[in-house]
Amino acid sequence: MAILLDRSSRVVVQGITGKEGGFHAERMIEYGTRVVAGVTPGKGGRRHLDRPVFDSVAQAVDREGADTTIIFVPALAAADAILEAADAGIGLVICIAEGIPILDMVRVKHFLSSTETVLVGPNTPGLISPGQAKAGIMPAKIHAPGRVGVVSRSGTLTYAAVNQLTELGLGQSTAIGIGGDPIVGTGFVDVLRRFEADSETDAVVLIGEIGGTQEEEAARFVQEKMSKPVVAFIAGRTAPPGRRMGHAGAIISGGRGTAAEKIRELRERGIRVVENPVEIGYTMKQVLEEVQ
Amino acid sequence: MKVHEYQAKELFRQAGIPVPAGRMIDAPEQLEAAIAQTGLPCVVKAQVHAGGRGKGGGIRLADSLPAARKAARDILGMQLVTPQTGPEGRHVGRVLIEAAASLQRECYLALLVDREQGLPVFVACAQGGVEIEELAVKHPEQILKVPVHPAVGLSAYHIRRLALHLDVKTEGGKDFARVVRGMYALMHGHDASLVEINPLVETENGKWLALDAKLNFDDNGLGRRPEIVALRDEDEEEPLEVRASRHDLNYIRLDGSIGCMVNGAGLAMATMDIIKLYGGEPANFLDVGGGTSEERVREAFHILLADDRVRAVLVNIFGGIVRTDRVARGIVAAVADVGLKVPVVVRLVGTNEVEGRRIISESGLDVVAETELDAAVRAAVALAKGGENGHSVG
Repeated sequence: MAILLDRSSRVVVQGITGKEGGFHAERMIEYGTRVVAGVTPGKGGRRHLDRPVFDSVAQAVDREGADTTIIFVPALAAADAILEAADAGIGLVICIAEGIPILDMVRVKHFLSSTETVLVGPNTPGLISPGQAKAGIMPAKIHAPGRVGVVSRSGTLTYAAVNQLTELGLGQSTAIGIGGDPIVGTGFVDVLRRFEADSETDAVVLIGEIGGTQEEEAARFVQEKMSKPVVAFIAGRTAPPGRRMGHAGAIISGGRGTAAEKIRELRERGIRVVENPVEIGYTMKQVLEEVQ
Repeated sequence: MKVHEYQAKELFRQAGIPVPAGRMIDAPEQLEAAIAQTGLPCVVKAQVHAGGRGKGGGIRLADSLPAARKAARDILGMQLVTPQTGPEGRHVGRVLIEAAASLQRECYLALLVDREQGLPVFVACAQGGVEIEELAVKHPEQILKVPVHPAVGLSAYHIRRLALHLDVKTEGGKDFARVVRGMYALMHGHDASLVEINPLVETENGKWLALDAKLNFDDNGLGRRPEIVALRDEDEEEPLEVRASRHDLNYIRLDGSIGCMVNGAGLAMATMDIIKLYGGEPANFLDVGGGTSEERVREAFHILLADDRVRAVLVNIFGGIVRTDRVARGIVAAVADVGLKVPVVVRLVGTNEVEGRRIISESGLDVVAETELDAAVRAAVALAKGGENGHSVG
């Protein structure tokens, strides 16, 4: 089953004729993802990577039955691309772009709340359901099909965790990056709810970082609503306050959003938190053995 | 991005927010012309990107020309130390000369984007000139938050709610509305992430005036705001950070001795955390990003080596998109440029890793190569502390 994305997903690539969009679309096709079309305004009617290119997302929905989109367009055009996809009735929008102005995301978030569309990102590596489909920029070969869900605000740190799981023989049901921006679409709680309901997920790795209160909300949700075990790591224990640590959302402001605060909240709610990220895989293995 | 108070006030003026008459000067000779504009008494205010200027002696009231002259001479060129600058302080190159206002009371008013709600929110408090974060903890009931939904925009009732909370008198109502409308227009017209007036004052004749002005801008919006980019004062920023930003590198200088170069912000933060876990201190945060070229790695390495507190360098690359052979070439090129004065630990994993490691080993550089993150960090910590060989530790 996996969550959000599987082998039946019909994916359109917004920005398929661009360098980045084309490169990753090719990797996704190689992986077996059903990429059904591309969209580049002004280039409709062409073919790219042996797929039809349309001028609009609505055309890709009408003619190819696209239900999922992955967006590779420049940051200042990305909000518009998300809005277009939602307006066309796309169910799942994955926005890779980093650097979208926060006021653009304010408009996007509130427009999406009036639709059925689920947004993953922006500023995310995307998501992958190993063995089924990949809609993202993550290296496919470190993943393996399995029963651990992974959800994270980061990119490369997630790859490191996934790599550990795979090397220990623990595959993943779905690995999803929710994005490193202060305002993102789908958050930790929503993804955890989906993993809890997924019959092919046994446990979840959660990778958080400084800034915001999503980890605290996740902690409450895990304690109150989840039966499956969760192993967490929070990056940024050594980050100074008031400085943006790469991700626009990774900032301790007004003394709030520290790693210590998040770790305390997670532990108080009975969640296993590892201090050293190299122990994520090993700890998950232990937790699963305890359960069995 | 931050701007100076005098720049923020110019933008306030353009947005219709009342501010005191004022003029920025960068030499004492310009003082008289400024006072001709502001009159006396006047306030002399140091222009640096740090709060708490008054506490450090950076703000002075002057009721005569000689007093103003002395204040301007004292403050211009001083090394201003405030609770936010650190002990070394900040050089003052500009001061704002401003008409002194006779005020009745001080309030706090700010507009920012609340990330949990995903909405712009006004924050108002009838007590101004205070640390709002402290007040929010001690007296949350004194703080009113008014969110503005993007589909609605700023409506008259938002302004009425704020005015009611701050007890704005009828005669000051129009003035106050100009302040609120101006703040909202500034945020949306220039991609401001914070518009803060602390204090916003009611004068003795019932007018409202922004006595201080703080504007921060969303770095992600700067691409469409050339008028804001033009206000950037690089003298206010850490020189190595300015250099890094020119190359699209995400670099933040810290206090430790281990220079780090990592791809990805999360992994960079986590690498710093592991360093600390093993008793070391990171000298910086540095994310070389996803589409890393040899040239960027070379520049990043230069920046690390330019920090004279660095005792050891740790390179941690988990290549998914990043090609590790390019990273290796960048490192070799940078070392060829400036030589190697400190030990270096390199961990290259992922795309083209065999080639990457071959480039490093064939370069003849004295580099410790590790494949496990844990071992790499232990080695770097040991080397920074003066150990001969990282492998002998742990």
